Amino acid sequence: MTISTAPAPLAAGPPVSAAPARGSRLWSWLAFLVVALYFVLPLVATFYWSLRAEKGVLGFEAYRKLFADANFLPAFSESIVNAVLAIFLSLLIIVPTAYWVTLRLPGLRPVVEFITLLPFVIPAVVLVFGLIRLYGRPPLLLTATYGSSRVVLVCVYAAISFPYMFRSVDNGLRAMDVRGLTEAAQGLGAGWGTILRKVIFPNLRVALLSGALLTFAIVIGELTIALFMAQHTLGPYMAELTRSKVYEPSAMAIVAFAITWAAMGMIAYISRERKQM
Amino acid sequence: MSGGFLTLEGVRKEFKGKLAVDRFDLEVAPGEFVSFLGPSGCGKTTTLRMVAGFEHPSAGTVRLAGKDVTFAKPNERNIGMVFQSYALFPNMTVAGNIGFGLRVRKESAAARERRVAELLELIHLPDKGKSYPYELSGGQQQRVALARALAIRPQLLLLDEPLSALDAKIRVELRSEIRRIQRELGITTIYVTHDQEEALSLSDRIVVMSAGQMEQVGTPFEIYNFPKTSFVAAFVGTLNQLHCTVADAGSGAVAFNGQTIRVGSPIQFAKGTRVLMMLRPEELHLGEEGGDNRLSGKVDTVTFLGGVVRVRVGLGDSNLTLDILNERTLRLPTVGEQQTLSFPPHACWVMAEN
Repeated sequence: MTISTAPAPLAAGPPVSAAPARGSRLWSWLAFLVVALYFVLPLVATFYWSLRAEKGVLGFEAYRKLFADANFLPAFSESIVNAVLAIFLSLLIIVPTAYWVTLRLPGLRPVVEFITLLPFVIPAVVLVFGLIRLYGRPPLLLTATYGSSRVVLVCVYAAISFPYMFRSVDNGLRAMDVRGLTEAAQGLGAGWGTILRKVIFPNLRVALLSGALLTFAIVIGELTIALFMAQHTLGPYMAELTRSKVYEPSAMAIVAFAITWAAMGMIAYISRERKQM
Repeated sequence: MSGGFLTLEGVRKEFKGKLAVDRFDLEVAPGEFVSFLGPSGCGKTTTLRMVAGFEHPSAGTVRLAGKDVTFAKPNERNIGMVFQSYALFPNMTVAGNIGFGLRVRKESAAARERRVAELLELIHLPDKGKSYPYELSGGQQQRVALARALAIRPQLLLLDEPLSALDAKIRVELRSEIRRIQRELGITTIYVTHDQEEALSLSDRIVVMSAGQMEQVGTPFEIYNFPKTSFVAAFVGTLNQLHCTVADAGSGAVAFNGQTIRVGSPIQFAKGTRVLMMLRPEELHLGEEGGDNRLSGKVDTVTFLGGVVRVRVGLGDSNLTLDILNERTLRLPTVGEQQTLSFPPHACWVMAEN
């Protein structure tokens, strides 16, 4: 009897794993298609509707009217300024807090996390009533004028950004050797201000940007608080537009989407650049 | 005690009632290279951090160049420190990292550039100034960290396990680099390590630490050959320990398994006391030519380590390990083989059983 030492033919029959792989890929595509339709279809419909402002033709008339509206740009620019101010205020509060908690008071992290989550728990209506009752009464009277109300509004926006900002910054800090970098900088003679400005902030760039852009996306169209504080920002403007116009609200929704997507794209681009660095 | 360049007097550190360092007294001379050696958790890094100013002692004083710096801030001490994790600033180039301390000190751009170039030469990375830390190997990053620490012309250099994260070959290379640079600059250096080979090869003096206390301070030669405690003897190098009974204290003889072993000097313990007889593996010889003391046993294991061959010989309940220098004509002992071991009396010393 001889024993063959030749290897068994490898191509005998179809590969065993091919059928399940093809099947699971099909399911993946199907799931993707369903999700895409769920998200994309309303968007396409809104865009299509926004193009129908002129009878019988598809065009950008609704967009032209929107940008020509005397109230649009002031509301839009006011919202942008509010968002930027809120982002700076939030950064000023959150970055040193998260840094100090990471470096010196790690035991306090659950407490700080709970505090930053409060804006999620308290409904906007309750929040705004509380604020008006607290700051609108003597001796503060901060809601007495449009300008002072705006200051309160920016502070509230900073507060409602805490859940996003704290999580972004905290993740960024956890990803770096905060203690090592701080001690290295201290050893080289740097004080706290220099450490924050030259070492911590630059290394938190992506985290800060994602927190800032999430804040921007939330603040730019915020309605409830702005409405109760009688502010002429984009949220109240959009609500008014929906009541009085047919096609412009759809155009406005598409513009808002475009801004948010541009923001997301910027995060992705900067994150990629950072990874390559 | 107040004559050293760096002086630690009665330094003690507690963390929430738990003692980390106690009764730490040390004087370091200018230009000296001192290593803190010990196992994890022995307090060596805590002591270094107290010198750096990142921790404050619960008691005692730290004096640097005659000045009490016990409670001075880290950025007021002019001390350069190198960390195990390198801690290079990822957002800055190599040149930016090295020049950071000079920038903080508001030195002019020209002076900064000159100093950075000088240090890049010193660490043999003259063309890496524009690279970012992530573009460098671990060894290169640690060199940059060393250059950054030296850039500010510190009066003291602290190195906290700087080679632990590197692979063995780079570690050996970098260790001689560190010593070369330290000698070239004549900078007083404190080096923390748990690696005895690093401490023995680099240091002028070694402080062996255990459980927050100094076990022994001495030159590498003294620490290795004349350990004062059983901890130092066992922690530094490989050590054979045999449980013996003092047979004749005056002539320095102990009994082991019914055989007499001579030690080099009179024994401080009374006849009949249970003691530990110690000797290093390199003092033992296979065969009868190694000295007057002889023991017989069976070869348990033979481990080829390249430069040396480590042989463990069983002696009943105990065993002895010996190192034989490798050479191409060496006949390796085989496991199970009966062998005679010999060693001279002066290679042995005796300590009390714990």
